Amino acid sequence: MKDDGIILTLLGNFALISLFAVGGANAAVPEMHRLAVDLHHWMTDKQFADLFAIAQLSPGPNVIIVTLIGYQAAGVAGAAAATVAMCGPTCVLAFYMGRIWDRFHQARWRNVIQGGLVPVSIGLIGASALILAQAADHNLIAWAVTLATAAVAYFTRLNPLWLFLAAGLIGLLGYI
Amino acid sequence: MSQATIPASDPQPGLSELFFTFASMSLAGFGGVLPWARRVLVEERKWLTPEQFNENFSFSQMLPGPNIVNFSVIFGSRLRGAAGAVVALLGLMGPPVVIVTLLAMLYVRYGELVWLQRILAGVAAAAAGLIIATVAKMAKPLFGRALDFAPFVAIIVFIAIGILRWPLPYVLIVAGPISIALAWYRR
Repeated sequence: MKDDGIILTLLGNFALISLFAVGGANAAVPEMHRLAVDLHHWMTDKQFADLFAIAQLSPGPNVIIVTLIGYQAAGVAGAAAATVAMCGPTCVLAFYMGRIWDRFHQARWRNVIQGGLVPVSIGLIGASALILAQAADHNLIAWAVTLATAAVAYFTRLNPLWLFLAAGLIGLLGYI
Repeated sequence: MSQATIPASDPQPGLSELFFTFASMSLAGFGGVLPWARRVLVEERKWLTPEQFNENFSFSQMLPGPNIVNFSVIFGSRLRGAAGAVVALLGLMGPPVVIVTLLAMLYVRYGELVWLQRILAGVAAAAAGLIIATVAKMAKPLFGRALDFAPFVAIIVFIAIGILRWPLPYVLIVAGPISIALAWYRR
């Protein structure tokens, strides 16, 4: 019955996370990390960083990190539970809000809400960056790779896959 | 403005077309689907004008949850009602979820292999860097204005979540309304 417990935990936790994910999936990474690593011990810090890397290497929306976390916690059923819980509640909300869109589509308070939520999202995504870097970077070269990737991605429009390829090679050679 | 999201040419893509369009742009999207969504829906299919795309997307961003998922539901429902919403969502999520589940199985089975460990360690370091670049790009316009509340809110949320590791719901229930109130006051 332990597995049933995990599935219910995944459903409940990810449904809650989805409703608080202001700024998309990347903004919710710290909360996912807190639950999966610190609270429930479904995986180590290193495994979390690995799964995030795999999610980045895979095609599709960033939110598929939850599928990987769910799988690591409870196999295929866990992957399905985490994915459905992360998408379900917000999809229902989006569906009904989309229908009444016209009524407040130009309302002044819409800009106010957005203006208030953007800095919150930035704080959350900044926290994601810190937590992922702490999980992934255990020596100076790893930190250098992180900072160099950040600089290249910030200043150029190079496809991130090239950066992953270069970083993967540096890793393969045993420097990280 | 109820016509805002119905393009002038008024195309009526069928459900299967909707599914395959969302599936193809999802599978093309490494490191985020948004750029591909724009390219496919605005430039190739012309189902949306650039303005309609921005409007739809900013609305999706305002809602909680994964932005592109919200976008697919809103867009699909506009075109084809509830069935359209479900089909667009399945197109967006179905194929990547299958792929990533297979990758998860491989990871559980072979994740201890030394060479794989090393490659993933490198990619993980780069992935953290990409998020830093994303947040730097988002934050840039915020820090340009003098004496604005926004940088303080961003920094406080960053400390509460990233350093103190407080639970997300508690932080948001406090920080969200305060930040919105400040935005109202500063408007």
